Amino acid sequence: MPRTLRLILRRLLSALPSVAAVVVVTFVLTRALPGDPAAYFAGPAATPQAVEEVRKRLGLDRTLPEQFLAYLGELARGEMGTSLTTGQPVREDILARLPASLELTLAALLLAVAVAIPLGVAAATRPGSWIDHMARVVSTAGVSLPVFFTGLLLVYVFYYLLGWAPAPMGRLDLFASTPPTVTGFLLIDSLLAGEGATFRAAAAQLVLPALTLGLFSVAPLARMTRASMLGVLSSDFVRTARASGLSRSTVLVTYALRNALLPVVTTLGMVFSFLLGANVLVEKVFSWPGIGSYAIEALVASDYAPVQGFILTMAVMYVGLNLLVDVLYGIIDPRVRIEA
Amino acid sequence: MTATLRHIRYVLAENPVTGVAFGGFLLILLLALFGPLLAPYDPLASDTAAALQPPSWAHWFGTDHLGRDILSRVMVATRLDVQISLSAVALSFACGSVAGVCAGWFGGPVERILSRLVDTIMAFPLFVLAMGVVAALGNTVGNIVVATAIINFPFYVRMARAETNARREAGFIEAARLGGNGDARILGFHLFPNILPPMMVQVSLNMGYAILNAAGLSFIGLGVRPPTPEWGIMVAEGASYIVSGEWWVALFPGTVLMLAVFCFNLLGDGLRDIIDPRRRT
Repeated sequence: MPRTLRLILRRLLSALPSVAAVVVVTFVLTRALPGDPAAYFAGPAATPQAVEEVRKRLGLDRTLPEQFLAYLGELARGEMGTSLTTGQPVREDILARLPASLELTLAALLLAVAVAIPLGVAAATRPGSWIDHMARVVSTAGVSLPVFFTGLLLVYVFYYLLGWAPAPMGRLDLFASTPPTVTGFLLIDSLLAGEGATFRAAAAQLVLPALTLGLFSVAPLARMTRASMLGVLSSDFVRTARASGLSRSTVLVTYALRNALLPVVTTLGMVFSFLLGANVLVEKVFSWPGIGSYAIEALVASDYAPVQGFILTMAVMYVGLNLLVDVLYGIIDPRVRIEA
Repeated sequence: MTATLRHIRYVLAENPVTGVAFGGFLLILLLALFGPLLAPYDPLASDTAAALQPPSWAHWFGTDHLGRDILSRVMVATRLDVQISLSAVALSFACGSVAGVCAGWFGGPVERILSRLVDTIMAFPLFVLAMGVVAALGNTVGNIVVATAIINFPFYVRMARAETNARREAGFIEAARLGGNGDARILGFHLFPNILPPMMVQVSLNMGYAILNAAGLSFIGLGVRPPTPEWGIMVAEGASYIVSGEWWVALFPGTVLMLAVFCFNLLGDGLRDIIDPRRRT
């Protein structure tokens, strides 16, 4: 166990350069913003002296390295500025909205994995069959789908035509009561509070957006599972396992799938990049009150502090997820553990 | 040459989908070149009397909330969408292949700096980075192109570096060096043409991604301004009518966008089959 712990520590250290790069880039993006923030904060009727004063107060009269240090200091205290549209500190806005985005993304990811891995395995065990062709069509079509468009199509079919889904307006309809916040995930909170009706309402709202996001990420996962399963199934150790008379399911799951999953776990990193980006579009389509729609509102209003906070949060989350994948990889693959 | 042609014919016969993708590609090019001439109506002319009409013989794709003909708007939009993605891909191809070839050839500090840069770009979720770049540089179509080029840049660098690395010690490079060519000449006239085929596959696959990315950015209100016809913004305009049942406003531009991306992806797969039979899926 200490070996695994050491491995995790090493991965944590190796993620530091990425985090540093992300912070630097976000700082550069902040300073490249069009317009003069001092003039903006001072208001339209301000005199040049007042603008200068605001500039001094904001620290914008100092050199760039000094400003960068000040920025680091603010970040260390968790400060990300104040949103002009909501009037709230950006940190609080983002913290309040983050669970909505996470709930959606995780639900989509679970859905995608649950569909993609069986599909890829089925396609690999029967190459050339209809299920293989279907997997190929799904994986080519899946990467071509504009995620905002599939979302709208699903809304049209399941809300307008069939009436099965609720209106695409946020996480809960107006009549359901919000459960007391524990984790911020409505599904978990409503279960903790024992409110079955709220749970059902929240789940109903979640299905379509999660499906939209999930469809988008099935493609790369299924394609990778199929390719890596095909490779493993033709290898010697699987032939030996078969020749020893092990049952079909033991060979497939214990021998083949476990080894085939390694490259799939690596693709997860790319899938996260897609998911987090597509998340923004899906949130807009379904009026989902997450950090993506928060950033869009701020962008449209030229309110830049929330946008910077959003980019930083997303990037840090992405680095964190990749780190998680790395650690997971080390746990699944004993070879990595021994090398560490 | 005949062998290549035979191989292309073989691939097309084996996978007729590639032929269809080529056809679709030509159609998109035609629309981009002649769309404004072929469009039956003025894409900006509004006619509030005929607002939100379903598809009919007069308006094949129906009309939007201002009574503008959706077919004409979709046709005219092709040029802008192809322009954006083509210039973005060209930009990242040019910068990325030069950087990648240099990294693979010179190694050392050049490679270290470039791979740091690439890793930094890849540390962001790509669409989010594109949003940030557009927000920082200003909300214009030109900056959409720059943002799309930046997020595609890493793929070209990595590919060019790997391909260059694989050929660094190859016989034809040694021969060129013995012939007295300098680094620049070897890279430009001997190595680069050699890695061009796999790079072209990447270009085709990237075109689809670039169109998706640009349409996504304009869907959330970045870059292209409302009266201009563009696929992403047209889907955004149609989004509010989906819940009241006016499906045609968003469906047609969205479908054309999807088909265009699909076409570029299939074309990329087909090109890969033609260029490198071993990498077939």
